[in-house]
Amino acid sequence: MTAIRHHIPDDMLDAYRAGTLPHAFGVVVAAHLSLCDQCRARHEAADMIGGAFLLGAEGANLRADARDRMMASLEAPAPKPPPRASGPFPSAVMNELGGRPPHWRMLGGGIRQQILTTDREGSLRLLYIPPGKAVPEHGHSGQELTLVLQGSFSDSAGAFHRGDVEVAHDEIDHQPVAGPGEPCICLAATDAPLRFRALIPRLLQPIFRI
Amino acid sequence: MMLRGGLRDGTAEDVVQDVMLAVWHKAGQFDPHRADAAGWIYGIARNRRIDMARRRPLAQPDEMPELESQEPDADQIIALQQEARHLAEALARLAPEQVEALRAAYFDDVPHSRISEMTGLPLGTIKSRIRLGLERLRHELKKIAP
Repeated sequence: MTAIRHHIPDDMLDAYRAGTLPHAFGVVVAAHLSLCDQCRARHEAADMIGGAFLLGAEGANLRADARDRMMASLEAPAPKPPPRASGPFPSAVMNELGGRPPHWRMLGGGIRQQILTTDREGSLRLLYIPPGKAVPEHGHSGQELTLVLQGSFSDSAGAFHRGDVEVAHDEIDHQPVAGPGEPCICLAATDAPLRFRALIPRLLQPIFRI
Repeated sequence: MMLRGGLRDGTAEDVVQDVMLAVWHKAGQFDPHRADAAGWIYGIARNRRIDMARRRPLAQPDEMPELESQEPDADQIIALQQEARHLAEALARLAPEQVEALRAAYFDDVPHSRISEMTGLPLGTIKSRIRLGLERLRHELKKIAP
């Protein structure tokens, strides 16, 4: 496997750790952390610093009945663990898929997608791009975070393989092309709808919600 | 930690209870080869605090795969505990404003922009304080454990 070369930016990891990242982006970060030892180490090292402060923190007293309530709650069964990683999909993605394989929708040109979640804060989808195929050229009115789960793609910013993330900002027009070999499967979060350059894809945008 | 996070007394107590319960349920997943206990518990507490405030729980990375050998490796465990102790010693050697910046960023997990609002200091100052604090920490760690 190729080493991961494109990582989560520091600011985004901080926002993930603080819980302020929109859900769609949080899933991409969690999926990247599942695949990237380097970022996982950054994440856990930060917890270690938090732990060092925890040891030095002053305690506060709990209410008198806290112990009894605690003992009682231990009787309750453990919460259900999230679905396990499966194939190219980390646990965070399987969770969005409801523990089932993707249910693809054809977009034309062999490209498929499944929208996992969409709300005011952003949308999250899986994309399936056959080898050598291009995603229509598009710009962004917001931010897009794309993680490769299988295969590869390349665009003007370089080549992206499994585990690599691309952060695309406003005003970047790019046309990702899937690499040879396996079909490329990506997890993409956006905080605004994409703008396509050509008229036809733009007409389709409201229908396909891409 | 929970009171510092801005939770009210009663809510903070519920989260503490919740964290203790989560630690109890997850104890089997704790791997002393990979994490020190304080950092591990801190991670659980951080997630529970966040989930109290969010509409949807924070997406979590995969559990790490079990190590291949089932035999505990005492050297590795001791090395990690030592690393945690060195970290605490190094923190104690930092200048107070650097400790405060790191505490806000890594213990309170306050976004840098919020720290800036709370202290009235420009965002750039906060960012460079945290960066300097980390660099200093790295430097001290090298001195303690070259």
